[in-house]
Amino acid sequence: MSLSVETYPTLREASQAIGDRARYIGGGTLLMRAVNYGDQSFDRIVISREIDRTIRNEGQGVRIGAGATMADVLASRDAGFLHPVARVIGGPAVRNMGTVGGNLFAAAPFGDFATALLALDATVQMADGQNQPMESFLSGRDRARGLVVAVTVPRVSEREFRFAKISRVKPKGASMMAIALWLRGSGRIDEARIAFGTMGPTPLRAKAAEQALRGRDLTEPGIAAALAVCCDGLQPADDPLATAWYRRAVAPVHLKRLLLETR
Amino acid sequence: MAKVPLTFTLNDAEIGVFVVPGSNLLDVLRRGAGDLTPKEGCAQGACGACTVLIDGVPHLSCLTLAEMAEGRRISTTGGLAVGPELHPLQTAFMEGFAAQCGFCTAGMLMSAKALLDQTPNPTRDQVIEAISGNLCRCTGYEPIVDAILTAAAKMQGRTA
Ligand SMILES: Cc1cc2nc3c(=O)[nH]c(=O)nc-3n(C[C@H](O)[C@H](O)[C@H](O)COP(=O)(O)OP(=O)(O)OC[C@H]3O[C@@H](n4cnc5c(N)ncnc54)[C@H](O)[C@@H]3O)c2cc1C
Ligand code: FES
Ligand code: FES
Repeated sequence: MSLSVETYPTLREASQAIGDRARYIGGGTLLMRAVNYGDQSFDRIVISREIDRTIRNEGQGVRIGAGATMADVLASRDAGFLHPVARVIGGPAVRNMGTVGGNLFAAAPFGDFATALLALDATVQMADGQNQPMESFLSGRDRARGLVVAVTVPRVSEREFRFAKISRVKPKGASMMAIALWLRGSGRIDEARIAFGTMGPTPLRAKAAEQALRGRDLTEPGIAAALAVCCDGLQPADDPLATAWYRRAVAPVHLKRLLLETR
Repeated sequence: MAKVPLTFTLNDAEIGVFVVPGSNLLDVLRRGAGDLTPKEGCAQGACGACTVLIDGVPHLSCLTLAEMAEGRRISTTGGLAVGPELHPLQTAFMEGFAAQCGFCTAGMLMSAKALLDQTPNPTRDQVIEAISGNLCRCTGYEPIVDAILTAAAKMQGRTA
């Protein structure tokens, strides 16, 4: 296979160069694996000399440059509520390389960070100036070939946000399943957002369970209805980590543990 | 495809090579620069045998696009010894039987070096975390963890 590598001075120019057979490279942890194994679906790699890895508070949220690595997230106090997510992605070298932007495109069993961003209703900022909510971004990501420049995440308290990665090999195995929760309300739940990773081609929301949690409290009887419908709308697949049947069978168990976790 | 020039620093030596576009850094180090210390175990990020330091930070060279190493400072196990004098990590690995077949060793050493550069007195848990991206099929890890702790102690003038 013959590849060409093109380097542009700015993100804007790089964004104009990406297309059907031209891929932008972030950290390369997924893209270079594809190159090493002879992926024929692209023949140009686009590098931008300008990289945005800044993480800063902006209004009610935290803006994370798409070029920020998982290690950058872990070094940022402003992104502290996302540390439990970044910490469990890969090993140290993967965290030094893998970016937030690349994670938005990572297919199952990867995409743990994207799962958290979906639960938190983050906004994806594209190079052409458009903003998209995570949910619509994810549903169109395989067709869209735009460059992501940043994500903006509502700043939540550590009490409101919960994350669990369930993997078979610790500490750095890929997710058999990931669950992210954003729970608002004191005592009773006013609003819940639930996202599952590796339970479909992209991270997906469990909307029936979100609905069933509204107005309930975090007790076993309070969450029972939500657990019963938590797989509605999810599309788990068989893969070497687990079968779809197993994933559906254990999803309520893991969701229950996360909801009832004492904090 | 025409080769393109690439320059970087490898263990304090200035290197200039021509690379096939889209090559990974591991191939460039081994075939282009002749440093055979980083190993290819998987070419997909899973084993860590190819771990090198780029500007002091552990990276998987098999997943690093060569062009992105332009102008960077790369350290490999090939640069650990000073003349005939082995690095304390190398000595500790040798004396503690932390290498059996040796295929993982160069990657383990670089992950350990990055840890000790930042954290000269690591806890056992910190050592385990630091090498969590490096697989070893021979030793069962315990001798490796012990060797890293021994080297840390030696470098601090303590006994482990
Ligand atoms: C050993 C190993 C373990 C891993 N473990 C985990 C894990 O536990 N959890 C997890 O979620 N992931 C894991 N990953 C996958 C991966 O490392 C991460 O998902 C990482 O965040 C991907 O980012 P990247 O910058 O390396 O992506 P790249 O490989 O650079 O890019 C991936 C894709 O995204 C596109 N892309 C990248 N940045 C942008 C952008 N700004 N705009 C538009 N398109 C873009 C690229 O064109 C490419 O198609 C693992 C990988 C390895 C090798
Ligand atoms: S060869 Fe790079 S991680 Fe295995
Ligand atoms: S010594 Fe053989 S793989 Fe580690």
